[in-house]
Amino acid sequence: MRDIFRQSKMWHTPSKLKDNYEVVIIGGGSHGLATAYYLTKHHGIKEICILEKNYIGAGASGRNTTILRSNYKTPEGARFYDASVKLYENLSKDLQFNLMFSQQGHLTLGHTDRAMFVMHERAEVNRLVGINTSVVDADEVQRMVPAMQVTDDAEYPIMGALYHPPGGIIRHDAVVWGYARGADRGGAEIHPNSEVTAIHKDGDRVTGVTVNGNQRVNGGTVLSATAGWSSILSEMAGFELPITTHILQAFVTEPLKPILDKVIVSSQMHVYISQTDRGEFLIGSEIEPWTTYRMNGTLNFLQESTRHALELFPQLERARMLRSWAGLCDLSPDYSPILGKTEVDGFLVSTGWGTYGFKAAPIVGVTLAELIATGKTPELIKPFEVERFYTDELVSELGAAAVSH
Amino acid sequence: MSFLLNCPICGTREVTDFAFGGEIVVRPQSRPGERELNAYNYFRANTDGVQREWWWHRAGCRTWFQAERNTSTNEVLWTAVPEITDATQAPVSPVAEARAAGGEELR
Repeated sequence: MRDIFRQSKMWHTPSKLKDNYEVVIIGGGSHGLATAYYLTKHHGIKEICILEKNYIGAGASGRNTTILRSNYKTPEGARFYDASVKLYENLSKDLQFNLMFSQQGHLTLGHTDRAMFVMHERAEVNRLVGINTSVVDADEVQRMVPAMQVTDDAEYPIMGALYHPPGGIIRHDAVVWGYARGADRGGAEIHPNSEVTAIHKDGDRVTGVTVNGNQRVNGGTVLSATAGWSSILSEMAGFELPITTHILQAFVTEPLKPILDKVIVSSQMHVYISQTDRGEFLIGSEIEPWTTYRMNGTLNFLQESTRHALELFPQLERARMLRSWAGLCDLSPDYSPILGKTEVDGFLVSTGWGTYGFKAAPIVGVTLAELIATGKTPELIKPFEVERFYTDELVSELGAAAVSH
Repeated sequence: MSFLLNCPICGTREVTDFAFGGEIVVRPQSRPGERELNAYNYFRANTDGVQREWWWHRAGCRTWFQAERNTSTNEVLWTAVPEITDATQAPVSPVAEARAAGGEELR
């Protein structure tokens, strides 16, 4: 009990970098830390350094809307995200840290015949790969979410929804901290305020990186898990990625009585809504269509997302907004991730995460750790190699990954 | 952060008036192979800094124009309507060329 009030550090920060590591991970977010954790746990690799240019969890890991789900449209995508949700289900126990995973269920609202058609297709794909997803009608939606306004007399009448019981929300910071502590205990080094400013190659083989412009660190394998900043790192390594960087925004209201225990998503209204354990309504929206690296929000987002949230929950009319924020999204052309090997030998990427990277952190960690340790790409992530864009074999998740479609 | 764009026809408007057309990529001039064509279709520099890009004044004069914008700050430095090139000199698209030749269709 005494430990509750005692200040203790989750992980320690080494005072300086060594010259050589087996694995150099760029990006101290959920993906980089998870990969380090599973490298130490499953493969016994300890010579790892994680380089984060800001504080740990400063990027997309600390800015997402914490939604977990696996009701994707392609069998490749659905299988991949399902494996991730299953890892999340046992992650608190695995990390010995309460991640407050609330598997409350996830509803994607359908407002048109076309949307309902796509939902039936998604439900079928999910059923075939063993994921619990079904289509429910408007009355059932109203029964599940009594507080929501379900009516025909609306700009976007609710015709039904795709119901996904395993979906839910989790404490995103806790996931980052849990993985950081696990990686640290396993022997990996976590270095915040360490920005990679150059990547070194010997021919087509990566040899190391320069940190903060002055320190050379050698690594046999270099992983870029930098989400929105992926193109900057790949340019240093000498190649282009099929990635564009956009901002995605969200806001929370002040804490309110608990009235919502489902995650509500509406593609057409460009809004997703959940109520956190603290009672705040967490409302997210669509990415801005133009590319940018500036993480400032827009008034346009606040106007549109509040308008749509109020159509569904008119009782929030007088709720005050507590804070809003923006994060960078690395969007790929087919709304599926880009994982694994690149044209530079030893340089791996985890990118193309658009608006769905957080939910994939555990499975990315497991599969990339296996790839680093064995040199072989696991079956689960084979469809997501960057090479698919050169051969035009896309894994289109446009109908299920993006809010707009 | 939202920003303003100076439409070469209409003048300064909010960014919500416009549609973003993406960064300008150099079009393959001769008939490209599959790899080159897909590189042109999908791969981008995604610059953190000043980049040249297409914009469309959707809610105004509906003109396509070019802009130079700093993606780190969203500051728009320059806008102009590109010169109209002679249509007969425009590069033939690979698909049209393949059709005209009656040869294999590109996927």
